[in-house]
Amino acid sequence: MSAYYEFFSQALEMVVALAAAPLLTGWVNQCRSWLQNKTAPSLFQPHRMLHKLFTKEAVIAETASPLFRLEPYIIFGCMTLACGIIPTLSTSLPLSPAADAIALVGLLALGRVFLALAAMDIGTAFGTLGARREMFVAFLAEPALLMVLFSVSLITRSTSLTAIVYDLTHRPLAIYPSLAFAGIAFTMVLLAENARIPVDNPATHLELTMIHEAMILEHSGRNLALMEWSASLKLYAYLCLGITIFFPWGIPDTGHPFGLILALPILAAKLAVGGILIALIETASAKLRIFRVPEFLAMAFLLAVVGMLVHFLLGA
Amino acid sequence: MADLRLMDCIFGVAVGWLAIGICGLLLIRHTRFVARVLFPLSALVGCVLGFAGIVSTFGQIQTSLLPIGLPNLPFHVRIDNLSSYFLFVQGIVTTGVSLFSAGYFSREEDTPAGLICLEYHLCIASIVLLLIADDAYAFLFAWEIMSLTATALVVAHHKDPEVRYAGYLYFLIAHIGAFCLLFCFGLLGINTDDYAFASIRLQRPDLMVGSFIFFLALFGFGAKAGFLPLHIWLPEAHPAAPSPISALMSAFILKTGIYGILRVSLDLLPIQVWWWGGIALAIGLATALFGVVLSAVQTDMKRLLAYSSIENIGLILAGIGLSILFKAYGMYALAALSLTAALFHVASHAAFKSLLFVGTGSVLHSTGERNLGRLGGLMRFMPWTAWAALIGSLAASGLPPLGGFVSEWLLLQSFLLTPGLPNSFLNMLIPIATATIVLVGALAAYVMVKFFGVIYLGQPREQKLNDAHDAGVWERIGFSWLVIACVGLGLFPVHVVQALDRVTHLLLGDGIGNAVAASGWLQLVPDTSERASYMPVVFLVVLLACCIVAYLLVRHVYHVKTRRSGPWACGFPIMNARMQDTAEGFGQPIRHVFGPFFRMERTLPSAFDKKPVYKIKIEDPLWAWFYRPIAAITEFVSSIVGLIQQRRIAVYLLYTFLTLMFLLLVINQ
Amino acid sequence: MPMQILNLFAALMLLLTFAMLGQRKIMTLIQLFVLHGLMVVASAILIAYQTHNHHLYYSAALTFAVKVVVIPLILRKLLLSLSVKREVDPLVNVPTTMLIGIVLVIIAFNLAIPVAALSSSIASGTLGIALACIFLSFMMMLVRSNAVPQVIGFLSMENGLFFAATAVTDGMPLLVELGVALAVVGGTLVVGLFMFQMREHFDDLNVRNLEQHKEE
Repeated sequence: MSAYYEFFSQALEMVVALAAAPLLTGWVNQCRSWLQNKTAPSLFQPHRMLHKLFTKEAVIAETASPLFRLEPYIIFGCMTLACGIIPTLSTSLPLSPAADAIALVGLLALGRVFLALAAMDIGTAFGTLGARREMFVAFLAEPALLMVLFSVSLITRSTSLTAIVYDLTHRPLAIYPSLAFAGIAFTMVLLAENARIPVDNPATHLELTMIHEAMILEHSGRNLALMEWSASLKLYAYLCLGITIFFPWGIPDTGHPFGLILALPILAAKLAVGGILIALIETASAKLRIFRVPEFLAMAFLLAVVGMLVHFLLGA
Repeated sequence: MADLRLMDCIFGVAVGWLAIGICGLLLIRHTRFVARVLFPLSALVGCVLGFAGIVSTFGQIQTSLLPIGLPNLPFHVRIDNLSSYFLFVQGIVTTGVSLFSAGYFSREEDTPAGLICLEYHLCIASIVLLLIADDAYAFLFAWEIMSLTATALVVAHHKDPEVRYAGYLYFLIAHIGAFCLLFCFGLLGINTDDYAFASIRLQRPDLMVGSFIFFLALFGFGAKAGFLPLHIWLPEAHPAAPSPISALMSAFILKTGIYGILRVSLDLLPIQVWWWGGIALAIGLATALFGVVLSAVQTDMKRLLAYSSIENIGLILAGIGLSILFKAYGMYALAALSLTAALFHVASHAAFKSLLFVGTGSVLHSTGERNLGRLGGLMRFMPWTAWAALIGSLAASGLPPLGGFVSEWLLLQSFLLTPGLPNSFLNMLIPIATATIVLVGALAAYVMVKFFGVIYLGQPREQKLNDAHDAGVWERIGFSWLVIACVGLGLFPVHVVQALDRVTHLLLGDGIGNAVAASGWLQLVPDTSERASYMPVVFLVVLLACCIVAYLLVRHVYHVKTRRSGPWACGFPIMNARMQDTAEGFGQPIRHVFGPFFRMERTLPSAFDKKPVYKIKIEDPLWAWFYRPIAAITEFVSSIVGLIQQRRIAVYLLYTFLTLMFLLLVINQ
Repeated sequence: MPMQILNLFAALMLLLTFAMLGQRKIMTLIQLFVLHGLMVVASAILIAYQTHNHHLYYSAALTFAVKVVVIPLILRKLLLSLSVKREVDPLVNVPTTMLIGIVLVIIAFNLAIPVAALSSSIASGTLGIALACIFLSFMMMLVRSNAVPQVIGFLSMENGLFFAATAVTDGMPLLVELGVALAVVGGTLVVGLFMFQMREHFDDLNVRNLEQHKEE
């Protein structure tokens, strides 16, 4: 019985992720528009956009290699698996012994490497520019994310995400100063990795300022749809990771059959709050020059390291 | 006699390789025979060695005496778990490289193929002797033969002055290291009469002598393995050698240095001190960071891989240093975990680096270019090479589910599982070390995207690249073998970790084998399942399932066609291959952030030049800070000593007479 | 629970010190400094409440008046009236500054551990953080070439000292506290005067301009 529950909750998690990720992107866009005093597009606009793109013809450059044709599916698969590993609706997931926090970061890196390779595939100036900048942002953001996860794993004495959630929800309520540092660092990494202001403007049309958008310039039709969906899934995954580490209360364990039903609205509420926060930060900041980005990310990296050091000092 | 069968097997392998080498010498001009028959035979022998190695890792220690050696000092040999693991890795690497060489050396080079065959087989046979040597003399004898033959192999294209210079540098630094090793073994065997390791293990050196031994070993073996600052020959010698030789050197000859350090510090020295481990950890991290930053700014594909080798060796040394540190504080389980991580990385680096180097060999043969600025778009013309290089690059970036990720995962777990060192200062250095390692890992991914993207993707930057042909049959077989090795190490780490458990039990007295065995062959669990676990096969299967389901759903729900057209390029009308990123361009952000790591000379064009020229030369800063001052001092000292050389017979006779007088007076006292 | 809130305040103080170290805009620097002072005041009040130490309330009030209200007001007025460049270019680039900061944090933490073991206060674990704040503020004075960040570095160093004192010994005697406060206010006035003079001569608050005025 519990095996069925596990597989069901795992499948439910992934299906919810696939359906809700564009919804989350739509919500963030809505909040941003409201904060900028504009009329907001509908919440389902990204879904409509995906449908439109899927029905269009895919144009592929003549200089594209076989890797280019496979790569949208690979990236989409990576992001779906990432959403499946992060515990959002349950802590008993059959995939959790397969990949822990470090493997999750490795999985996101795998997706990113394939994205960069696809950008370099066509051989245009903007694609290679985007690939270079993306790997540049990643080389500081990925270590910062790993250090944040390590701070948490030092407190919970485990790197498995489900074990982290279980441990944090079953401890008496306490404030961990090292998690304060880790939280700030994580927010900065989230903004950098998901191509948000202040690192990258997702709504820009100026190619020389693009990082993420430059990499998907050559995609069209269903390939572009998959890439946009993957980007939404990545944002969803990062927000869920933040919720898992910093606000894990409400994620049920095994043996609570109605826990799943309660977990969905709790998750929706947390994601909504997260979306508002992202929109707030985006509206209040200005985009950084590209060579100020390493300073921004170095600050995140070092804050995460200081968080670990504070843990060693205070034992908390 | 039955239990000596494995020992005979290993002897047979060494003798077999020697025989093949001599065959090559006798048939020195028959290139096709050498390439098509001798090298595949050597690959077969390598296969046997790999098999024997992994079997004997699970077996007992065996010793023997060889009939060769000095009078009254025959060579002692011993196969224990550490040697057999390294023999296993050597077997895997040499099989793959020999298979590739069967195709690569079938063309005429500067050096006849038969001579290369002899030198190659002498080298690998001497490495076998090195790995099973059980006394100092045999060890140093094998070490010297290895250095000599490796130098000979590096200067295979001896008509090029740069290659000769690279060989000279390699030879020089290898012998500086060997000199230190002589002292090291001398100190180790100071109270024994036969320098056998068995009697050395019974010695009890005091702290000062022990520290001298450790640091001499670190220096001496570091000269061969390429630690900072003794790495200076690596970026010259590895590109200069023919590609299969570079593969062998990067994948395995560097590891003999690692083997030496493990042998001396954990086997021959009875106790370890914490600051030995700390210094080794610091040197390892510095080497790793330096290597990866410099590899990001290279424009020659083989130099990029050479610096990447420096980075990986640094990571292995960091793991070993950490292990020594834990052992010194009596935390044997953690020491075993970090040592397992370091040794696993030995195997996975050997697999992916040899794959990458032989890939560059194919590219070099079909395009004649090593410069990244003249390559590009080769995936369409050389698909086998490209897909093999993709696997190699993914493994080198440390991405799941391939081999490079497992060793990184284990190393990071050993940092995180630590309950805390007794020294609080060291305890706080653990996050710093962790931070450096993850930074190096992220930069390695950057470097590999640059490597693969600039060579195989994009548009060809030169016209002649359109005529590039793919690798031959033997080369493809070599690729396949090494790809299987990379993937196998990634998907089935549990078996290798169980073998390594025997090695760590030998060296440290503890291992993670119990925890690993308790979870089955699918799941890698270093401690308990709740703390950390990783299942690469499940990971890969689910990932592929997600990709395939996505593909099927998209194709079947939306029946939409595909159209080919020119690149979009934001509607810019003129887009040619020169507008892609160059290798310098791809490395520019790293150059900007890590400025102090390089010495850079740049000529920038101004806006008013009629023919703008951009030149950049990036040099390793250690030449200027370290080697040139030392060379200057050496020249100065030798010029002073050279005053003795008067070139007149009368003066030399005077010296002889004075020495005679002096000795007579002294003896008279 | 109060222990944890105290730890949180200490951690936030360290966070703010790092943020000040990496900040380029002077107005934001002053705002961060205000928050920094608030953290110190809040933790002093908390310790005073826990240990029923009344003179700590007075110290807290004094610090609030001086560090959170008066001095930032003076600095802001100065900045607006002098109308100099609002951005700071560091002498050493920001990532290197951060790296040195990490090393200083490790040294401070390790120095503090044996001392904190001797103390009997409830906040002894935070001595390391206070010491780290002091070191980092000192470094901020070193690596900035503009007068305003140097003043702020000096003032936040004094903040850190106050926090260290409350953490280990439940506060310095009130007389000492008054004296230090007076010195700080006086020092700020002097520096303000200095800034006016520099503005007059050089049109810019970069202290490197003073290097030209050596005895010939």
